[in-house]
Amino acid sequence: MVEKLKSLLSRFYILIIILFLYSPIAVLIILSFNDSRSRVVWGGFTIRWYAALLHNSQIRVALGTTFLLAFLSAFISLVIGTAAALGIASMKKRSHKLMMMITNIPMLNADIVTGIALMLWIIQFMPLGFGSVLIAHITFNIPYVILAVMPKVKTMNISIYNAGRDLGAGPLRAFFELMLPQLSGGMISGFFMAFTMSMDDFVITYFTKGAGVNTLSTMIYGEIKKGIKPEIYALSTMIFVLVLVILMIMNNMPAKEKRKGEEERGNVYD
Amino acid sequence: MDKVMNRRSVLSGPYVVWALGFTVIPLIVIIKYAISDRTGAFTLSNILAIFDPVNLKALIFSLEIAIGCTVVCILLAYPLVLAISRLKFARSGFMLVILILPMWMNFILKLLAWQMILSSNGILNMIIRAAGITGFDISNTPISIMIGVIYEYFPYMVLPVFDAVIAIDADVIEAARDLGAKKGTVFWKIIFPLSLPGLMSGITMVFVPSMTSFVTADILGGGKLQLVGNIIEQEFIQSMNWNLGAGLSVALMIFILISMTFTVKKDEREEEEAW
Repeated sequence: MVEKLKSLLSRFYILIIILFLYSPIAVLIILSFNDSRSRVVWGGFTIRWYAALLHNSQIRVALGTTFLLAFLSAFISLVIGTAAALGIASMKKRSHKLMMMITNIPMLNADIVTGIALMLWIIQFMPLGFGSVLIAHITFNIPYVILAVMPKVKTMNISIYNAGRDLGAGPLRAFFELMLPQLSGGMISGFFMAFTMSMDDFVITYFTKGAGVNTLSTMIYGEIKKGIKPEIYALSTMIFVLVLVILMIMNNMPAKEKRKGEEERGNVYD
Repeated sequence: MDKVMNRRSVLSGPYVVWALGFTVIPLIVIIKYAISDRTGAFTLSNILAIFDPVNLKALIFSLEIAIGCTVVCILLAYPLVLAISRLKFARSGFMLVILILPMWMNFILKLLAWQMILSSNGILNMIIRAAGITGFDISNTPISIMIGVIYEYFPYMVLPVFDAVIAIDADVIEAARDLGAKKGTVFWKIIFPLSLPGLMSGITMVFVPSMTSFVTADILGGGKLQLVGNIIEQEFIQSMNWNLGAGLSVALMIFILISMTFTVKKDEREEEEAW
């Protein structure tokens, strides 16, 4: 009886937290169907903001910039970060420690300080623009990749690579076919984390972007005083639903793999 | 074997160059700006400006907000983690999905939605007034800033704590129960100590950004309540006094560094005690 009550209580608590996390999102989704430019008046149901979205070139450009930036910075960070994790793991203790300390700097520093420091440095050799934002995003993304890949590097079985080399595989082939697959789990989560962080960033982009470039975040920030265009709510709702679907698909796939892994481990103990 | 290892460390070459070029040098540059005036002469006045009454007030306010938000996040996170770990589908990534999904909605839009929920004639007040209670208004107060900050960074507290708790061997907990430990004892003697590394990274990831989230203070504080981040932003964007802005940034960095080494030291001590 007490156990049942407790389980009910904990379910209720989860529900409260979900309500907290999703109530502003519900507000935004409702606004995307509101047939009024005002944020406080309900003007009836409409889907016209979704149609208007197709013709709004400003939003389209900002969306394109945001995704291009997220993809490029996540991909470049993945390459540099994975190589770095492999390298750092094989360093001697002191240099290993030093590199991990430097890796922690962008994660521990306040975003505003990171953004300003990068801006003050980059303007000394190039004008601010897409390039400077990309540099900034790569800078704060590499640590996420390193931290995601590092545990996989530490538990990877180097003998597989060595055996492949002994059996005549070239260093490149052995690297791509025998070493990288062992890191793939960490690489995938590192890439997605970097992609999300880049999409979600406002502060660092704000300070490093210069005048001409806008991501969705900086565009929205610029529109707060003028009033947010309802098309933005429509776009956000669409991105939200898209990510919901992707997460649900992704979530079902690795779960199966993991279960398989656990069964295998179970057999060892048997 | 040693040779393979040495050759492998070459792989970190590009990162070493990148980290030097875009992590270490920018820090040197911002410090250089911080310790010089407009003419380039050496001065400490930009850094010491943090002790000006206005700036000091913002720093203390930021500290209050950051500590308050971190504590509330911890208090909200543990029951959630424990509640979810009871569920049958705890390991299926359900937690990850409900926490990460909101991160894909633009955070400024979410803050604007909170503004609508919390404002004097907003959704929350409509509900409260319908319930017959009047005179309740938290719009443009530190509390509404805190709600925004907690909303933003709560996932960063939950995820590392959840990872640490879910990694605890169920056999250890069962053994404790078999030996007669009560639920409270199991939590304080096993679950909590073993979750400390996760808690520490959670604290770091909530505390630092809470101090500086100037957009949150802008939107939910009505423009009157200033975090230290707002002051730094204004120096750069409005006053165009980059040296002073850099000085305040460096002062903030030193301040965070000091409070972080304090937490880390405490963490090490507690971990020793736990074992």
